[in-house]
Amino acid sequence: MSAEKKVLVIGSGPIIIGQAAEFDYSGTQACKALKESGCEVVLINSNPATIMTDPMTADHVYIEAMTHEKVAAIIEREKPTYLLANVGGQTALNLALELDASGVLEKNGVEMLGTSLETIRDGEDRERFKQKMKQLNEPLPISTTVETIGELEEFLSVHGVPVVIRPAFTLGGTGGGIAQTRKDAIRMTKLGLAASPINQCLIEMSIAGYKEVEYEVMRDAYGTSIIVCNMENIDPVGVHTGDSVVFAPAQTLSDRMSQILRTASRTIVSELGVIGGCNIQFAVHPTEEAYYVIEVNPRVSRSSALASKATGYPIAKIATRLALGERLDECINPVTSETMASFEPALDYVTAKVPCFPFDLFDSSDRTLGTQMKATGESMAMGKTLEEALQKAWRGAGIEQSPLYPAWMKEAAIATLFEEVNKPTDRRLLAMLALLDRKMIGEDELQRMTRISPLFVNSLKKLSSISQAITLESSSLLFAKRHGFTDEQIAMLTGRDEHEVRAIRGEFGIKPVYQMIDTCAGEFESTTPYFYGTWSGRTETVPSKNKKVAVIGAGPIRIGQGIEFDYCSVHAVRSLQALGYEAIMINNNPETVSTDFEVADKLYVEPLTKEEVIHVLEAENCSDVLIQFGGQTGIALAHMLEERGFRLLGTKADVVDEMEDRDRFYRFLDQLEIARIKGEEVDSETALYESIAEIGYPCIVRPSYVIGGKGMHILHDADELATQKGRFVYPLLVDAYVAGVELEVDCVSDGNTVYVPLVMEQVEQAGVHSGDSTMILPPVKASRAVQDEIEQVAKRIGKSLDYRGAFNIQFVLSEGKLHVLEINPRASRTLPIVSKVTGRPLLDWSVKAALGMTLETIVPKEREELDYHAVKTPVFSTLKLEGVDPKTGPVMRSTGETLQWTLGEPVMERFAWDATTDRAMKTRSLILMGEGTEGWGGTFEDARKFENGMEFNETFAFFSCIPQEAVVRENALKAGALVITEEKLAEYLYGALNQRRESGIHPLAYWQKRGVKVT
Amino acid sequence: MKAEIKLADGTIYEGTFETRQSAGEGEIVFYTGMTGYQEVLTDPSYKGQIVVFTYPLIGQYGIEDNASESKQIQVSGIVMQTLVEEDKGGFKDWLESSGVPVVSGVDTRALVRSIRQGGDQWAVIDSKAEGNPEGTLGGVISRVTTNKMIVHESMNKKGTIVCIDYGVKASMIAALNARGFSVVQVPYDTPRRVIEQLNPDGLLFSNGPGDPAQMSAHLDDVKELALRYPTLGICMGHQVIATAFGCTVSKQRYGHRGANHPVRHVKTGEIWLTSQNHGYVIDSESVNLSPLEVLYENVNDGSIEGLRHPHERIVTVQFHPEASPGPKEAMAIFDVFEGMIKKEVQHVS
Repeated sequence: MSAEKKVLVIGSGPIIIGQAAEFDYSGTQACKALKESGCEVVLINSNPATIMTDPMTADHVYIEAMTHEKVAAIIEREKPTYLLANVGGQTALNLALELDASGVLEKNGVEMLGTSLETIRDGEDRERFKQKMKQLNEPLPISTTVETIGELEEFLSVHGVPVVIRPAFTLGGTGGGIAQTRKDAIRMTKLGLAASPINQCLIEMSIAGYKEVEYEVMRDAYGTSIIVCNMENIDPVGVHTGDSVVFAPAQTLSDRMSQILRTASRTIVSELGVIGGCNIQFAVHPTEEAYYVIEVNPRVSRSSALASKATGYPIAKIATRLALGERLDECINPVTSETMASFEPALDYVTAKVPCFPFDLFDSSDRTLGTQMKATGESMAMGKTLEEALQKAWRGAGIEQSPLYPAWMKEAAIATLFEEVNKPTDRRLLAMLALLDRKMIGEDELQRMTRISPLFVNSLKKLSSISQAITLESSSLLFAKRHGFTDEQIAMLTGRDEHEVRAIRGEFGIKPVYQMIDTCAGEFESTTPYFYGTWSGRTETVPSKNKKVAVIGAGPIRIGQGIEFDYCSVHAVRSLQALGYEAIMINNNPETVSTDFEVADKLYVEPLTKEEVIHVLEAENCSDVLIQFGGQTGIALAHMLEERGFRLLGTKADVVDEMEDRDRFYRFLDQLEIARIKGEEVDSETALYESIAEIGYPCIVRPSYVIGGKGMHILHDADELATQKGRFVYPLLVDAYVAGVELEVDCVSDGNTVYVPLVMEQVEQAGVHSGDSTMILPPVKASRAVQDEIEQVAKRIGKSLDYRGAFNIQFVLSEGKLHVLEINPRASRTLPIVSKVTGRPLLDWSVKAALGMTLETIVPKEREELDYHAVKTPVFSTLKLEGVDPKTGPVMRSTGETLQWTLGEPVMERFAWDATTDRAMKTRSLILMGEGTEGWGGTFEDARKFENGMEFNETFAFFSCIPQEAVVRENALKAGALVITEEKLAEYLYGALNQRRESGIHPLAYWQKRGVKVT
Repeated sequence: MKAEIKLADGTIYEGTFETRQSAGEGEIVFYTGMTGYQEVLTDPSYKGQIVVFTYPLIGQYGIEDNASESKQIQVSGIVMQTLVEEDKGGFKDWLESSGVPVVSGVDTRALVRSIRQGGDQWAVIDSKAEGNPEGTLGGVISRVTTNKMIVHESMNKKGTIVCIDYGVKASMIAALNARGFSVVQVPYDTPRRVIEQLNPDGLLFSNGPGDPAQMSAHLDDVKELALRYPTLGICMGHQVIATAFGCTVSKQRYGHRGANHPVRHVKTGEIWLTSQNHGYVIDSESVNLSPLEVLYENVNDGSIEGLRHPHERIVTVQFHPEASPGPKEAMAIFDVFEGMIKKEVQHVS
């Protein structure tokens, strides 16, 4: 590979439902492969919380908005020779298509690496795809492409309902779904046409009840193609594969059927001319050897990340090398380092993937699963049986099993359970378990109702049977363990304590083993340090005598616990390694960089539960654990780890408690004479009333130890209290609501002194979850004096807690007075952003501090101040969640964030303005409505006009903040309007639209070098 | 009922008899494919072998019509981790009726490691495995070959292929039938003139179990026949033809048995993923001394995967183009064979 190759890589932008951390993994792998091949790498990605946008990942990193104009400007400036667009999801593909259409690629002589744009169009454009498949004699469900409702009606008059609506060029099936009635079909198609950038939908006869199977294919430029792995959804066709429980490899296909699909996959990729990775989805008849091709994605995807982690075969990395012109049979398989990449992994275990949904955060959300993806993340687990893999993945996803399914299902009315089973929801499998367990239905009937393959229904039945027959005898215990039961579940089932079960198990010598994921079922020698735990066979992990530290990862991506924590985990590993430690990573999220087996010295894919984490630590003979980089997941393990004699580096369980236990927390602040808001913990309704009488309205109530503000409410008056109190679970925290500016700091402490890199200022009024807020770094409103005070408070807190490592403090500034709202004794969501903005290696410093080094030896003496500002903007996926009000509040609802930079200009201009806005403004109008917007100018409209939703097609931005307008807001969002629910943001936007100015693009290094030294 | 699997090197692996207890012995080998248990168990090439499945769940999709490669289970022992009784229970009954010992609950991964290190070796299965496992496959071809001539007619009368049956798989005959050829399956030791009297349009030297040395008495006939008719050799057939032309073979430490073996066409560089099942391999150096040339090689270990005659219509492959189980791309070999028969191809290049 010649050195003069300069490649532009387009990332996937902020995390949204349908496009999550998998593209940080694939993008990071791609950049690594490009660099290894001697290419100069230019990268654009607006997501600051990614490893991909680290200065080390590429030669020139641009954290800029993912718009055509920005990318075009980068191309003009950097003059890349090649573009790699198939590792950045739909976002990157769509940008590449736009750049091609606008002539930017041709003008600058930029060539596409890997799969060509023609091929991408063949895969994505429904009509072209249909033609291609027809040429190949590949069966497709009867369908038509429509661009108008008239065309839809024509199709319906011939084929009737149900139909599947698939908008073209959208990710995660946005705007699509299954329509059971004619009316629904028309409504959904209207939405689908609006959601599709080319106003096109595919209308397909429903083939619900078929099995859904995916093939992950690799093909090189010389025609060699291989299947990395196939996967089978538990749910039949109709549930988005991202929302279904998935097994790899496929479980119910015979060899003949597998080979028919394999051959079809190879034919399709070679006919399309794919170079790199490709995902093909099939619908397979439940009993006959018949199938349909559903979809072809000629790029790496969430499924390819899962397939990579499930098999050990690094798809994105190899795909990039193939894009550079290498041959599959000349790339070494890095897992065995003995065999070549032109072979198909053989597994001797089963992998299960379980999706995570945000439904519990929002009472109003519709839990029905369909063709539009709703999951925010996923957990993966391996086992030797389906049941073991499934149960491990369930608990890794945080699914409640007590002991097998949620407690409420034990008492629930049968009708309620049938309701869960009748339509696909996130709780369907658990409800099936409950029904089988309560002997309310036979397997056959359940199978008929759900059309889930008998093998999987049998698995559920097996779990129920085991749970009912379990005893504490050796063979029964071992059998239960081999089917994925934890000591806690066994304890519940046998009426013992968990520690008793553990002790009994210990006496029998029943303990887990760790086996290697080697891609070849043991056929070749392999030295990959990638392990999973199971309960039969021999352990293959050999603990070293090195000094070592385990890093607890953050698990699946959820609202409130996103990719930021993966960023932190990866950096923790790197720092440990640089300091000469062996770093052991424990995590179960298949999408991430941290579960790339090339990151840590040893990787364990295991659920992040107490039992499983302890087992890994014991097997590794590892006593030191870093929990502060895995978000709330790590924190939740603090007590148990300490009790069992492990050493938490930097964080003490008692400190976690002190910060989370409201009474202790307030006592702590009071002792330090740090101002706080009024509040307390109450354990009954009576106490709640007393407390509110004292504190007054408005006040905030919430449970403790939560992620993303789950269960948090702002109460404005007694009426609200009366309507809400029914859902409160005690103990509950009650705090006064203090209006004002929220400020936040991420600090590094060595227990004696504290380093505060900068202060972040929230634009929205206090009460909006900080994860959903627009943050300006450094502040524009808070005075120097306030910032100094914040630093002083941080120092007192760090010292007083004797805390070592990263922690985060949230403040509210009200009438000139600073109050502490919250202290998080861990790396926070914003730490990666502060690191990027300041150019300071805060993660590395935190790890060093956690290990006991003093700041004096870590942090340079001279202080720096920034002469620029960065703005962090939240990004929401609310559109995908039916029934969820887009209005921001104390419950977090954003899934990702972007970062923008500004130099000297008014800050507000930057986050409200970009070229996409410009384009949208040419075709749409600005609608401001609701209380408080009178006198702003612009068009003021009557909300009632919009109730059916369609008029919003003309609306660019829609402001509404009163609670009663939830439905209208949802409609506006569905019609593609920008929905603003915070007055401050609307004001900024409005101001910005009137005085916009273009600003240049700069690489990350430009900003990071701008720090101005002050003494 | 507890079962023991004892290897020649003395190692014992424990498991449980899934079907009624019965003793068995054979050469122990492992299969890494994740599907295709029915095809594997009925493949005559596994005659005399104990097959260890590396995929932990066997039986999930039951038993299918027309997926068997012969009329009965051919292996002499079945070892797995978990037998999954699917819905209709057909799989377990089928195993039971064969009388072959079926052992589950075995640490198959460790067993594979033993085989990888100690090589394919003799093993016994019993409730208490005593003594030293000792044995060879010997003349195992004679146990699987047809004892009489069988004609498999094809509707489309493109020609007749005589299949010299060393233990032929049903799908190999089916692949030729599907191409319009009638296949006459003859015993492995059928005299040359009998075959000549059949006036074949082509010859298929089939797959089969064990050491190709079993055929050493027939090599002259094999060579004569191969030079006279368009000839395809598969697996055992490949090895027999190669030895007939002067190549030598060696036993591999552990064989290739699975559905994911990449082979490369030495001239075009084209890669196929292939289904394989063999424990012997042609010695590379010996090919240089023979009139044959290498056509395919294994991507991973470089071993010989196919040979051609530079001037005659002879092609032989170590892998299984008929797949079943496994990937189908090598089916193209039958096209090459068809081309030779139609005289479109004078020699394979």
